[in-house]
Amino acid sequence: MELIKDVDSIRKLFPALDQKVNNKSLVYFDNGATAQKPLSVIELTDKMNSGVNGNIHRAVHELSARTTELYEGAREDIRKFINAKEREEIIFTPGTTASINLVANSFCQEFLKRGDAVIVTEAEHHSNIVPWQMACERIGAELRVLPVDNNGEWMMEKLAGILDDKVKIISVAHISNVLGIVNPVKELINAAHKKGVPVMIDGAQGVVHCKVDVQDLDCDFYAFSGHKLYGPTGIGILYGKREFLDRMPPWLGGGDMVGTVSFKKTTYADLPLKFEAGTPNFIGAAALGEAVRFVRSIDGDFLKTHEDELVNYLTNSLSSINGVKVFGTSANKISLFSFTVEGVHPTDLAMLLDKMGVALRSGLMCSEPLMTKFGVTGMLRASLAMYNTVSESEYFIDSLKRALKMLS
Amino acid sequence: MITIKQAEQEIIEEFSIFTDWLDKYEYLIELGKSLPIISDNGRQENNLIKGCQSRVWLAADYREGRIYFTADSDAIITKGIISLLVRVFSGRTPKEIIEIDLSFIKEIGLQDNLSPSRSNGLVSMIRQIKFYAVAFAANK
Repeated sequence: MELIKDVDSIRKLFPALDQKVNNKSLVYFDNGATAQKPLSVIELTDKMNSGVNGNIHRAVHELSARTTELYEGAREDIRKFINAKEREEIIFTPGTTASINLVANSFCQEFLKRGDAVIVTEAEHHSNIVPWQMACERIGAELRVLPVDNNGEWMMEKLAGILDDKVKIISVAHISNVLGIVNPVKELINAAHKKGVPVMIDGAQGVVHCKVDVQDLDCDFYAFSGHKLYGPTGIGILYGKREFLDRMPPWLGGGDMVGTVSFKKTTYADLPLKFEAGTPNFIGAAALGEAVRFVRSIDGDFLKTHEDELVNYLTNSLSSINGVKVFGTSANKISLFSFTVEGVHPTDLAMLLDKMGVALRSGLMCSEPLMTKFGVTGMLRASLAMYNTVSESEYFIDSLKRALKMLS
Repeated sequence: MITIKQAEQEIIEEFSIFTDWLDKYEYLIELGKSLPIISDNGRQENNLIKGCQSRVWLAADYREGRIYFTADSDAIITKGIISLLVRVFSGRTPKEIIEIDLSFIKEIGLQDNLSPSRSNGLVSMIRQIKFYAVAFAANK
């Protein structure tokens, strides 16, 4: 199949991009929160909702067989997409948050004891802090924090000081949702594995902007959401190495996760169904498979060049505006820019830019500890996707200047 | 003193000259800049109304049967809208405040800003104004 190599062809596949908001052509720069969906994902969802709908894994009838095939087919496509060794290592969940909660509950129940410790970094999304905090409180363990420097980069030199025998798991973001820096996860995984400590990666942003190969990374868990990866909401993935998943107890009980049930004793299903209790979001899962096929239909070199171009343009033009401070500067930057403007409240800017048709995120961005570190009560964030263009970026910069003039 | 309805009508007329959103927001920004800042005493934690993004402080003073509001926000457009609310509500009796069904925000096309999903604290602010009125009415 011929791979897509230009942004115009990509844009044509996304109907949501072609609309007016507040009477202006939409410039959608809030992809870090959720991405728009390509036609293939929309069409498959429609097709299933309007006919190919039967509960999976349960019945012998034709519709059930077809949805089961779509569901398991998606699992296989997602396995290939992140190069997992086995399909049993791909668990469907409602999203990144649910995936992290699954591990924080099930893994910690088996492996975390009173007095042990878990490590996260200072630059995590609340979803990669709170589940661990809850597990630590429940068990009586300690949550340790790897700090970031003023550029937003992990202070790897501090790792040795907190990585001792008590640490049972480390959970970190592949790419921070605020800083947009590709973190040195491989280096961290190597250091952790030397101590025999497994590592979970929050890949909510990472899987969208990096080519992920879980075997090459050698991470023990990798979590991501469908809706940021051009798929539907309410579906996500937990990848886990079989050696851990096999030893972890089920977290939720119910249909599809059982072997045999009696009132005396229930045995559990094998992987991956052990962790997929109840009717899963099978339409979402099938559509996520379609989203992954969409991403694979885009030329990887094109994506890299295109993103570099956006990053360069925005880095230069934002830094040329008086009073703008960008948080997260690194050579490994993705097209995600959080910033403040001296003397201007981010909410004011977000409101004016919304009126100009530019959708941005403002506020704490679910990362309050990081905001506290940088001494701010909020930021503005422009996060771009593969379908965004340099000319949209130019419009955004012009609009930002115009809004700043109004507020000055 | 004019009634709340009349005060609302005045604002609606002031805004009627603006034909596009730009002028309207420029006016709100001007209002935001000119709103008397709440006293240091007023800008304290227990007067803080928690919106998700911008912070809003609201202080109420009850004298001779009327409630006087002062308010502030760290976001200037929010502050502009607040100044309109203060103008309409301040110096009213609790009964007037409890009974009024505010219409001017919608009339001047700022209703989007009052949607709870915008998380700018304004909805909470109006709720807080009404709470004050109920509380003062009960204590008089």
